[in-house]
Amino acid sequence: MAKKLNMRKRYELLTRGLGWEPTYQSKEKVFSNESYEGIKITDWSKWEDPFRLTIDAYWKYQAEKDKKLYAVMDSFAQNNAHLNLADATYVNALKLFIQGVTPLEYQAHRGFARLARQFSGEGAQIACQMQSLDELRHTQTQIHTISHYNKHFNGMHDPFHMHDRVWYLSVPKSYFDDAKSAGPFEFITSVSFAFEYLLTNLLFVPFMSGAAFNGDMATVTFGFSAQSDESRHMTLGLELIKFLLEQHEDNIPIVQGWIDKHFWRAYRVLALVSAMQDYMLPESPMSWKEAWEIYFVENAGALFNDLARYGLRMPKYHEQATAEAEHLSHQVWGTLYNYAHAASMHFWLPDEKKMDWLSEKYPNTFDKYYRPRYEMWAQMAKEGKRFQNGGLPQLCQVCQVPMLFTEVSKDDPMQISYRSSEFNGEKFHTCSDGCKDIFDHEPEKYVHAWLPVHQIFQGNCGGAAIPDILNWYHFKPEDGGDYAGSADETRWKAMHGETTGAASSDTESAEEKAAA
Amino acid sequence: MTVKAIHGEYPVVMMDSVDRFHGNQLVYIGWDYHTSISTANAYPLPPDMPFAALTGAVLPSVLGPHPEFPLIEWDKVEWMLDGKLFHPNMGLSLKDNGIGHKSLIRFRTPGLKGYNNTGN
Ligand SMILES: [Fe+2]
Ligand SMILES: [Fe+2]
Ligand SMILES: [Zn+2]
Repeated sequence: MAKKLNMRKRYELLTRGLGWEPTYQSKEKVFSNESYEGIKITDWSKWEDPFRLTIDAYWKYQAEKDKKLYAVMDSFAQNNAHLNLADATYVNALKLFIQGVTPLEYQAHRGFARLARQFSGEGAQIACQMQSLDELRHTQTQIHTISHYNKHFNGMHDPFHMHDRVWYLSVPKSYFDDAKSAGPFEFITSVSFAFEYLLTNLLFVPFMSGAAFNGDMATVTFGFSAQSDESRHMTLGLELIKFLLEQHEDNIPIVQGWIDKHFWRAYRVLALVSAMQDYMLPESPMSWKEAWEIYFVENAGALFNDLARYGLRMPKYHEQATAEAEHLSHQVWGTLYNYAHAASMHFWLPDEKKMDWLSEKYPNTFDKYYRPRYEMWAQMAKEGKRFQNGGLPQLCQVCQVPMLFTEVSKDDPMQISYRSSEFNGEKFHTCSDGCKDIFDHEPEKYVHAWLPVHQIFQGNCGGAAIPDILNWYHFKPEDGGDYAGSADETRWKAMHGETTGAASSDTESAEEKAAA
Repeated sequence: MTVKAIHGEYPVVMMDSVDRFHGNQLVYIGWDYHTSISTANAYPLPPDMPFAALTGAVLPSVLGPHPEFPLIEWDKVEWMLDGKLFHPNMGLSLKDNGIGHKSLIRFRTPGLKGYNNTGN
């Protein structure tokens, strides 16, 4: 009887030897993306695959997880479990997720599929192929999980279309476009290491524990189902970095540059998450600042101590990111409030209870800078003059976030931070030293940015008036604005038997929406 | 550093060149220490527009709702153009004031440092 092989041996036998020396075309032509970035690989066989899963085992595990997940989703839908949410304002976090994050899962799926084709090492091909499948599955399971909410709340009806067009979604989209339009080694350093290894907890913890704290069991279940994939992806990120650094010393400065760049870009994407975490969750598990301290300052500090022996240091400007943690979520939420009329989700002023929580979590900044702002806006709203920005914001050429960040590191936190560069006779504006460095390193790339505000002024976004633009985004009039007085609020109240000004028709519209 | 490309030279397309704005140029204008407005705003403006139209019409249309806006004494305002102190001539055009495509204009209002002096 044949001896039973252990997992590792079995994996090696099943994956190695899948490659062959091409004879019709040269190897350089077959794997045309592998060398142009300047990365030197001397021996692919040194690649230690962190997944060690064969495709048959992979299918089995994923199928089991899917079965459980879809069972939870079914019972969630049958029991109308959305009624158990802490509050309907929570659903806005899901809107941000489906619009901003789910399309990134799909982008990751495509990016890893390309890597599976372009890496010549078989171990790396298999690992990228599996991650590509994982990411497609994440896209699908997120759509299925959130589709239940789409029956009862606005703003979740066309996330992929929105992702390609909407001003605030150009932030996550452009990060991934940047990585995907780079070479395969930069892409995997960006997504697997800078994003998934360094920062993923800052994305998933607020959404998943936010879901748990606010009664959203469907999203919690999705989170668990993705967690085992995510831990494989994180391991891949770390193994990859070590592999590149061990292969050739010339790789070190290239990889360090990518870590600096993609850390900063991914961090800027997380600005949106910080606002969600501190303001959208009725019950907040932890503040952005606390999460940053645990998941970045402590964890990354330990990690880079380990990586120092390979010649790597902490990503450039990490101190700025840490200093900004005191301000970030408040500045972003304020900007979203300014432009609530142009969003496909709702924003609002924090109530007293939330402001007290924010004071406690941000003792150095909230009462001094941000509480007064909300008091001013609350006063204006009371007088019927709800503050909104009637213009369009200046955007950063690199991260595409409205230029809202301030000179926190220069001890001037109420002064907007402006940086600029010149290229080809034109001025380019950036929000920070981090973004300016990225621009100056590859200006030819970033002049291609599709900046939503400039595109509107060029006449490429459905018209000049806000309603025309929103229509081009596929937003419906009831999708944005303040939560108070929204169709979502009316429906939520009707679901709980509370009457509002137009109660009878509200019940009707809830049923209509559910039937749609 | 130039962008590394698989084939040949990486192309450059100037996505926001001035000819794409239908005769206008882009100008960004930010009010320092008034961060409740969040960001400088972007405006497509005719290069021949007199500077006085900025303070008289363009800025009020967007910044007007801020409680300190009506209190601004325009003759005391300190201006910056693309990072340098600047004394605009109200009667001259944007162009003749040296304001180019994608210039950044910042202004400070002495005595007005945001709602309750909080920079808001
Ligand atoms: Fe994923
Ligand atoms: Fe992942
Ligand atoms: Zn930026």
